[in-house]
This record gives sequence, structure tokens and C-alpha cells, in this order.
Amino acid sequence: MSKASQVLSQFQATGVQTCFHDRHIDPQIYAGLNGGNWSLKDYEARGGYAALRKILGKDGGEGLTQDQVIATVKESGLRGRGGAGFPTGLKWSFMPRQFPGQKHLVCNSDEGEPGTCKDRDILMYNPHIVIEGMIIAAYAMGISLGYNYIHGEIFQVYERFEAALEEARAAGYLGDKILGSTFSFQLHAHHGFGAYICGEETALLESLEGKKGQPRFKPPFPASFGLYGKPTTINNTETFAAVPWIIRNGGQAYLECGKPNNGGTKIFSVSGDVERPGNYEIPLGTPFSRLLELAGGVRKGRELKAVIPGGSSSPVLPASIMMECTMDYDSIAKAGSMLGSGAVIVMDDSRDMVESLLRLSYFYQHESCGQCTPCREGTGWLWRVVNRIQHGQGRPEDIELLDSVAFNIMGRTICALGDAAAMPVRAMIKHFRHEFEAKIQAASEAAAA
Amino acid sequence: MITEATKARFAREVAKYPPEQRQSAVMACLSIVQQEQGWVSQESEAVIAEYLGMPEIAVHEVTTFYNMYNQQPVGKYKLAVCTNLPCQLRGGNEALHHLEAKLGIKMGETTADGMFTLQQCECLGACADAPAMLVNDRSMCSFMANDKLDQLVDGLRMVEGQP
Ligand SMILES: NC(=O)C1=CN([C@@H]2O[C@H](COP(=O)(O)OP(=O)(O)OC[C@H]3O[C@@H](n4cnc5c(N)ncnc54)[C@H](O)[C@@H]3O)[C@@H](O)[C@H]2O)C=CC1
Ligand SMILES: Cc1cc2nc3c(=O)[nH]c(=O)nc-3n(C[C@H](O)[C@H](O)[C@H](O)COP(=O)(O)O)c2cc1C
Ligand code: SF4
Ligand code: FES
Repeated sequence: MSKASQVLSQFQATGVQTCFHDRHIDPQIYAGLNGGNWSLKDYEARGGYAALRKILGKDGGEGLTQDQVIATVKESGLRGRGGAGFPTGLKWSFMPRQFPGQKHLVCNSDEGEPGTCKDRDILMYNPHIVIEGMIIAAYAMGISLGYNYIHGEIFQVYERFEAALEEARAAGYLGDKILGSTFSFQLHAHHGFGAYICGEETALLESLEGKKGQPRFKPPFPASFGLYGKPTTINNTETFAAVPWIIRNGGQAYLECGKPNNGGTKIFSVSGDVERPGNYEIPLGTPFSRLLELAGGVRKGRELKAVIPGGSSSPVLPASIMMECTMDYDSIAKAGSMLGSGAVIVMDDSRDMVESLLRLSYFYQHESCGQCTPCREGTGWLWRVVNRIQHGQGRPEDIELLDSVAFNIMGRTICALGDAAAMPVRAMIKHFRHEFEAKIQAASEAAAA
Repeated sequence: MITEATKARFAREVAKYPPEQRQSAVMACLSIVQQEQGWVSQESEAVIAEYLGMPEIAVHEVTTFYNMYNQQPVGKYKLAVCTNLPCQLRGGNEALHHLEAKLGIKMGETTADGMFTLQQCECLGACADAPAMLVNDRSMCSFMANDKLDQLVDGLRMVEGQP
């Protein structure tokens, strides 16, 4: 290690604060991790690769057919952990079975949604659980080539994942004729280099093909036209990480540890104004108040003001509504927001909502890929208007203007980034209109004086 | 100049993709060049284009699309501080301002001795570790309160023989 790397390594996260604490509830993915036990032999000691052995009939049992694996995942109620919550088993069943050419499997580890850092801790401290989940998925869909696309900023995680891939290949879990079966699967890691939009699945595919990451029109969905134009299934890191447990314990058991239509555990990245920011793996359906408690409550004993419950793209909810919610797809949707990527951004009563929205608006105009006019122009416009309200130059008509610009972006763009930029604006106005009005009022009084 | 050793690193990346899809390795090749040379020059783009069998302009489109490629030379250490909302709530801006004061430069600038470039950046995917900072694209630094920032800058100056 060079001397400079030695200096820098002192500041590397240890995972103690975010992952190795005893404040998860019934964890599956983060269970038993300590930072030193990420390697293959440790993973096997925790029961790792037993699910793969089971489906291949290498544990003395009969093995599972492709249809049985997909049926088990369907039964589990597992929904995509990347944000949209699409049923995973259903997505897998869309893949053409008898396709003559190459099909692909892709893991979306481009975690870049502000507030989200759960996939990082999975890949860093338990990489084999993702590899095993991907191998099982590949088996179920008859896929022989896959990639894990990893956020460029977490390069050390990419290196860790590559090291884990080497171990899995050496042990015969990856490559030709896995564990002596007829099934082969090659898996590689690919890193991004700083573009939020590449988390959108079709932008990710373009990027993986060595191009600018600009989203494609959907449909066709990747299941019919994906990587290199061939059928492709993309799932989030945490989605794949859930699969080995489901195969080992059965779909029903997974469903039961969450709530109906919201099976399993989910990892929430809690950031902002709490005493103990970090990742918390808890069953879906756990009350928000319990999650807040696990995270040590609101910082410095202040009052809770608002929560962005599912990453910066999800609409903000005021404390009173949030405290009534349980943490699952349906409850948060009913409250008017989205569970999204599970990034819970907590804001206390000292926070200025206009200032917070300003930072998010800056982000979206910066990350718009520019190919749709409503998104390219609209995100810049939103940012400029919020900027002038924040800096004492707001005009009385600006609130309606923000709302209408946001409204006109929604549903008129190629990908969901446009909506992601617009929805938070409308929610901020809906719940915290008085803060916008107060700034505009102060501006006009200053101008009149 | 791209050495044989660099080409060996390229080859390792190219091997991950089907033979007719060499272009898929472009991001990795560009980041290897950036690690070795500090930035991506037009000359490097040309070499990579030839190596991967793609048009130079297609390589350039990639360099300019992704935020982390340095299109000009930067200081020996590029410090990118996250100021997105979750970090902002926990001292991201303070970290940026502290470094501005300590290094005597504004964000976006490079110190006169060419040692440090300071940037603000978008979410690094380390939000629960705020304030978070990325050094030279590959080293994530977590919980960067002011005392830690001082230690980091002083430590790097020491390594470079600038006590
Ligand atoms: N994890 C993160 O860092 C981030 C997550 N997000 C989340 O991403 C979400 C939006 O993602 P999208 O991919 O645009 O959502 P989407 O609803 O278009 O798709 C969800 C998944 O289901 C598949 N799918 C949906 N309908 C299908 C059909 N009829 N046939 C075949 N496949 C189908 C899609 O291919 C995709 O994999 C947002 O809800 C947001 O929460 C957004 C930004 C960052
Ligand atoms: C702008 C944008 C960014 C996204 N970023 C991510 C991401 O970083 N990680 C992710 O898994 N999904 C992300 N998604 C969602 C993906 O498009 C896709 O729905 C997901 O990867 C599917 O996997 P899942 O079904 O397992 O959730 C993003 C979507 C949009 C619109
Ligand atoms: S909505 Fe925005 S980010 Fe998405 S494709 Fe259109 S311009 Fe690009
Ligand atoms: S907001 Fe700073 S790392 Fe995510």
C-alpha cells in the first residue's frame, strides 16, 4: 500500500455504525456480519450456497426445476427493492424460455438515490449472498451470462465484489458446469463513473454497452429487448440478496415475516437528523415509529418535522402522517408517497424546507440526461424558481408556477427521473406551503420598503 | 503514452464482455487511464478508441457524459465532498467550507502547488456516513468532521514531503 493510501485508509468506513449493530429486527441479509467475515468460507459457514446446492440437487434432495424456483419466488411476495416494488417472480416469468440466442442477467448496484447506502453494505460485507442470488436467478431463467453494475463512487466495493467473484469461480459456484451440473453461468462486475441516471435500468444497459447512459423508451421492457438487444432481467442488489433465504426457507416463510403483499425484510437507510444514522434491516410492515427509535430518535431531542420516506425521489411527508405509517409499500403509498429505495431522510423542526428543496432541485437539473425537453428544461426551471424564492427574490405567482411546471413534467418524459424531480416539489408545496409564502412575503416587503 | 502494462489492464476488462462487444470496456479503460495519468486527454481517448475498435467521438461522448472523468488535469489529490441533502443535514456544506478555508481555494479550484483540487459532488452512496468525501475517485472517506479533514490534508501533505 502506498503511503497516501495508508493515510486515506484511516478514514474508510468500518461498517460498525451502519451495519454491524444489534438494532436490526430478524435480519436475513445482514445477519451475523462483522466486517471480517465476508469471504466464501464464512458465507458457507452461515449456510451460504446451500440454496444453490438445494436447487441443483447437490444436498441429497431432488433439486428444483426452473418453474419451481420461479413459483417459490412468486409465493414469497418478494417485490423489487430498487424502488418500483415490481413483483420479482412475475418479472422472472416474463423471460422467454425458449429464446435461441444469449439472454442476460443484470444486477443494479448503481445505488445513487440520495439517502440510500444499503446495497453498499451488502456488497462490501456479504458479497456472496448477491452472487448466490444471481446464480439462482440465472438458473431459473436459463441465463448463462450476467453483470453486476456497481456505482462508480464505491470503488472499494467493486474491488471487494471482484474478489468474491474470484472465490466463487475457484470453488466451482460460477463458470462452466456449476457444481458438476449441466448449468453454466458467467458473472462479471462493471463499474459506473458518476451518473445518477444510470440507475434507471435502460440507461444502465446503455452504459453497460459502453455508451452515454441515456434511458430508452419502455416498452419494450428489458425482458424482451435488453442488454445488446437481447432478453434481460434486471434486479436490484437487495432483491437478489433476498433470494437464497427464500429458497432455503420457502416462499411462505418469507411472506409471513412481512405482511400480505409485502413479503420479507427490507433494509432502510436512515439518514439526516437522527442520533444513529445507518442501515436497519426490519420486516416490512414495521411501524415507522419503531424504525425511528432504532435509529436513536430525532437528534438532540428535537421534534420530528418531516420525513422523505423512500429516497429523494419520493414525496415528503409531515411528521403527523409519517408517525401513523408502517414501513411497507402499501402503507407509504396510501399516505401519498413511495417506499422507493428505502432511504429514510429525517428532518427535525429546525429545518428550512425551501432550502432542502433547493438542494434536491439542483441535483435533478444536474443529473437530467437532457434527452426529453420537459425534463431538461423543466428541472432547470424548477431549480431557478426555488433558488429565487430561497434568496429573497420570490414573486407571489411563483408557487403556482412551481406547481404547474412540475405538473407539466409528470408523465411526459422517457424515464421516471422527470417525475422524480417533479413529485417532491409538489409535495413540499402541498405540506409546507406556508414556508414558501413566508419567504415570498418577506421578499415583497423588502422590495416595498 | 499508454504502456504495455496499461494495455494488460485493459485486456482484463475487455475479457469480461462478448468478443463483439469490446466497447463495453470503455468506462473501465477510461478510469484506468485517469488513475494512471490523473485525467483523460484527447490522446488517451484516441488510443482507447483504437484499442476497442470504436470511433473517437464515441469515446469522447462517454468521457463527457459521466461526472467523474477529469477532462482537464487536476491536483494530485481530487477531493470531492458530497453536499446532497442527506449530507447537507449532517455537515456536508461545513466540510466543504472547512476545506476551502484550510486549502485557501474555492470549490472547483486547485491549490497553487498542484496538490489538491476541491469539488462538491452529488450523492456518493454513503449517506449514513455523512459528511462523506471521495478522494481520487477510489477512496471513500466517512464521517469527515473538521478534525478528520485536517488530519487527512495534513497526512497527505506529510506524505508529499510538505510538513
Ligand atoms: N435505488 C435507487 O437508487 C433509486 C431508485 N429509484 C426508484 O426507481 C423507481 C422507478 O423505476 P422504474 O424502473 O422506472 O420503474 P418501472 O415501474 O418502470 O419498472 C419496475 C420494474 O418492473 C419491470 N416492469 C414493469 N412493468 C413491466 C411490464 N409490463 N413487463 C415487463 N417488465 C415490467 C421493469 O422492467 C422494471 O424492472 C422509482 O419508484 C424510484 O423509487 C429511483 C432513483 C434511484
Ligand atoms: C432515475 C432512476 C434511477 C434509478 N436508480 C436505481 C438504482 O440506483 N438502483 C436500483 O436498483 N434501481 C434504480 N432505479 C430503478 C430501476 O429502473 C429498476 O426499476 C430496478 O433496478 C429494478 O429492480 P427491482 O425490480 O429488483 O427493484 C432507478 C430508476 C430511475 C428512474
Ligand atoms: S426524463 Fe430526464 S433523465 Fe429521463 S430520459 Fe428524459 S431527459 Fe433523460
Ligand atoms: S447524500 Fe452524501 S453520500 Fe448520499
